Amino acid sequence: MLELKDITYQVEENNETKTIIDHLDLSIGDGKFIVITGPNGGGKSTLAKLIMGVRPVSSGSMIFDGEDITKLNITDRAKLGISFAFQQPVHFKGIKVLDLLRLATGTNISVNKACDYLSKVGLCAKEYIDREVNSSLSGGELKRIEIATVLARGTKFSIFDEPEAGIDIWSFQNLIQVFENIRKTVQGTVLIISHQERILNIADEIIVIEDGKVSKHGSKEDILPELLGTASAVNISCSKISN
Amino acid sequence: MLDNIQKQLLKEVADLYSMPKGAYNIRANGEKAARNTTENIDIVTKTDNPGIDVYIKDGTQNESVHIPVVISESGIKEVVYNDFYIGENCNVTIVAGCGINNCGSQDSQHDGVHRFFVGKNSKIRYVEKHYGEGTGTGKRILNPVTEVYQKENSYVDMDMVQIKGVDDTYRTTKAELAAGATMIVHERLMTHGQQKATSVYSVELNGDGSSTDVISRSVAKDDSEQIFEVAIVGNTICNGHAECDAIIMDNAHIVAIPRLDAKNVDAALIHEAAIGKIAGDQLIKLMSLGLTEAEAEEQIIGGFLR
Ligand SMILES: Nc1ncnc2c1ncn2[C@@H]1O[C@H](COP(=O)(O)OP(=O)(O)OP(=O)(O)O)[C@@H](O)[C@H]1O
Ligand SMILES: [Mg+2]
Repeated sequence: MLELKDITYQVEENNETKTIIDHLDLSIGDGKFIVITGPNGGGKSTLAKLIMGVRPVSSGSMIFDGEDITKLNITDRAKLGISFAFQQPVHFKGIKVLDLLRLATGTNISVNKACDYLSKVGLCAKEYIDREVNSSLSGGELKRIEIATVLARGTKFSIFDEPEAGIDIWSFQNLIQVFENIRKTVQGTVLIISHQERILNIADEIIVIEDGKVSKHGSKEDILPELLGTASAVNISCSKISN
Repeated sequence: MLDNIQKQLLKEVADLYSMPKGAYNIRANGEKAARNTTENIDIVTKTDNPGIDVYIKDGTQNESVHIPVVISESGIKEVVYNDFYIGENCNVTIVAGCGINNCGSQDSQHDGVHRFFVGKNSKIRYVEKHYGEGTGTGKRILNPVTEVYQKENSYVDMDMVQIKGVDDTYRTTKAELAAGATMIVHERLMTHGQQKATSVYSVELNGDGSSTDVISRSVAKDDSEQIFEVAIVGNTICNGHAECDAIIMDNAHIVAIPRLDAKNVDAALIHEAAIGKIAGDQLIKLMSLGLTEAEAEEQIIGGFLR
């Protein structure tokens, strides 16, 4: 169970305080499959970074399985069982895909085991296992490897920031299956940030984040029809521009 | 025979756990410790200077020469001249390297002057590793000079590594390439503490279609200092590329000085240099996999210098 209590995140920009996450309250139950959506710039990635500890909250607190993690650093949160697949995967000179998967599992997993994780994200493992995680890989390939590192960790709370971005439509269905599998095998919570209807469709709960606040939170059955109807995410951002 | 410290040094600089196969010449504390020659590779002690001449016959294929140097006495200072005369149509690996263990208070210094005369169509892989250890106050100093003279269509691939324990180094590498010749250099360097390392390259592309690629990856920690200077001269239709990629940490100081000198409209010369600290997002990613900041740093540097 993850509880966010009155979380605010502010940055200083040109001597002005900009509020990116604004007194946000949220409670995420165990074993849930949750999709966060909302307009571009609404604060979804920022919220994910606050949960992972990549950014410090300006105020408020976070409780994970009863433990206050507000002041913990990234490493400690990772060790407690939080994982995060970045929206923009990171490049490393000289670190190979196999190395990264070994670091993710924390053990010297066999090449075969590492290949399993790559196959799960639709990469023909043999071709990739010895490649460096650098800019010679395509955007979609990097994205899949990023997802594989989180699968390899198999922690109880996994966050994926727009995992479908850059993934071709042939692999998309498999990807959805991958997420359903994690949920079954790890019995953990999967939190996906996405704009894709097909991902929204497999959620237990949908959360809409807008202007740094939770504007909607409920079961898929309640929220999805609303989003696809008049108040769709697309319309929200359009109305923002016209304001 | 070699003692245990010397054997340990050999392992560090030449990955040698026992006597190597093929030709070799092992120099320990300023003297010849062991030598082997083969039908195609002869090693002869120089008469005018300390050092050896290595003769590799035309057409020698898939053979190797190991010429490691180990120093385990404090206060040894030597300049050694090693010349390699490589015939035509050869394919040979040469492994050099110097390991110094200095537990004393006097400086130990090895300056190796290596000259390579590479025959037509020959392919050479040259691996050189420098390593220092020991708790003494005496410095461990290495000043290698490498000269390469490449005949038509020859190919030289040099891999030079200095990761640990050398206090002071001034490396000079000079090459002249004839038509169709190629020289590739990979240099990896790490300095820490008060260490100083300077590396100066000068590659002359003299023959049509000659090409070179000089790639340096380095990490400077603590108060160490590195200077990387590379000059490529294009005298004809040729391709030259130099790349210096450095990670700077703590209070280190890194200088990268490129010099491209084109004397022909068809000389294509490129230099890229980048100096910067470890990228924050790389640290964040590895920490999110459960590594501490120090562990993440170690992985990033280890990969970078691989
Ligand atoms: N360090 C920062 N400094 C200034 N502005 C920031 C900073 N970090 C985030 N922002 C701003 O905060 C807002 C929210 O950004 P965030 O990346 O969380 O949006 P998002 O909901 O993930 O959008 P998208 O759907 O486009 O990925 C944006 O307007 C962004 O420009
Ligand atoms: Mg985002």
